[in-house]
Amino acid sequence: MLDLYSPGKSFLHKMSPAPKMLVLMVAATLLFLNDSLAVTLAAMVAVLLLYPLAQLSFKQAWQQLRPLLWIFAVFFALQWWLAGLEQASYVVLRLAALILLASLVTLTTRSSDMIDTITTGLGFLKPIGVNPAKVGLAISLALRFIPVLAQVTQDVREAQKTRGLERSVIAVAMPVAIRTLKMADDISDAIESRGYRP
Amino acid sequence: MINIHNVSLSYADRTVLRDVSLSLTERRIAVIGANGSGKSSFARMLNGLVLPTEGEVEIDGLNTRTHGKDIRQKVGFVFQNPDNQIVFPVVEEDLAFGMKNLGFSKEKIAQKTDEILTRYDMRDLREHPAHLLSGGQKQLLAISGVLVMEPSYIIMDEPTTLLDLRNKRRVSEAIMALEQTVILISHDLDLLHDFDRVIVFDEGRVVEDNIPSVAVPAYVKRMT
Repeated sequence: MLDLYSPGKSFLHKMSPAPKMLVLMVAATLLFLNDSLAVTLAAMVAVLLLYPLAQLSFKQAWQQLRPLLWIFAVFFALQWWLAGLEQASYVVLRLAALILLASLVTLTTRSSDMIDTITTGLGFLKPIGVNPAKVGLAISLALRFIPVLAQVTQDVREAQKTRGLERSVIAVAMPVAIRTLKMADDISDAIESRGYRP
Repeated sequence: MINIHNVSLSYADRTVLRDVSLSLTERRIAVIGANGSGKSSFARMLNGLVLPTEGEVEIDGLNTRTHGKDIRQKVGFVFQNPDNQIVFPVVEEDLAFGMKNLGFSKEKIAQKTDEILTRYDMRDLREHPAHLLSGGQKQLLAISGVLVMEPSYIIMDEPTTLLDLRNKRRVSEAIMALEQTVILISHDLDLLHDFDRVIVFDEGRVVEDNIPSVAVPAYVKRMT
């Protein structure tokens, strides 16, 4: 999911972000309303087939799911125990299909285009005090800093490992939190320096 | 021209700058000093990110207290860690951020993006995720993000500190080739040979202010 935009010239790359995001919302809702394993499986296959059509490889599709395998495993085991094998397969397949579809949108849409669309789309919330530009910037910052924070966490874990503290949640979480807060100050200054006015 | 009149700066009970008065007219000015000497706070004051507790800072006659927005277009700021300065996930999107904030047209944004990526030999990286760039490329992107805003002055807060030798050389060359006035905060004394003026800070005061061949040895002596 961290791969973000993957440049290309497919019809999905050329399509405006609004219909893609709309289809994602509708498809996600339909997937949740549907309770048939066969339909969910068909949806999963359909989403997978969209990857080559978007000039993306199945390897890229797999890369979107791989970091979440442990979550799938937990969900599968829990659902199997509580509701049986068919329900467990249904829940995990539905989640995987949704993630693949959402990833397809991010892989074929520049984040700036997506943010512009969200900013325009949220315009109707202005009367109740929501600033769409701020929401757009917050989403952009989240996309930008997920990999940076992952790297910070990795650095801290390695540092604590050398001190034999890799299993201590506090020893990792505290330095990460402190570095993140310091980083937040600098980012705020940087945004201000670059002429941003909400 | 940058004029600093009797400036002091305090955070709570800590004074970081004490009665600093300077007139900055040269094209290449370096600011050096020990950790905690006040040089980074001084740098942040020059584009209005920090306002002085006492005294005034004026950029081309504009006071940082009253003309913050105009000053931030005039005075670009490059931070030590480019990861904290790059705010969009993709190279060209990040370059566009400052220009959009200044209200540049789409055509002008595209043209300036092309120009700057060509200048730093990064055209192939136009659609590249920013987090996958090398340290040197990230710093060049951070500098580019400032340059496309067409500032007259560029403040750089230790821009080579996190770089290896090759990238440090690349970024140093980029700094020396800039046509704007550069005010460089640095611990890297090798960078300063070709500068016009070096200002040394210690405990919030200016203790040396001279050409590099005089100010740098004085600073080294003070530190040893």
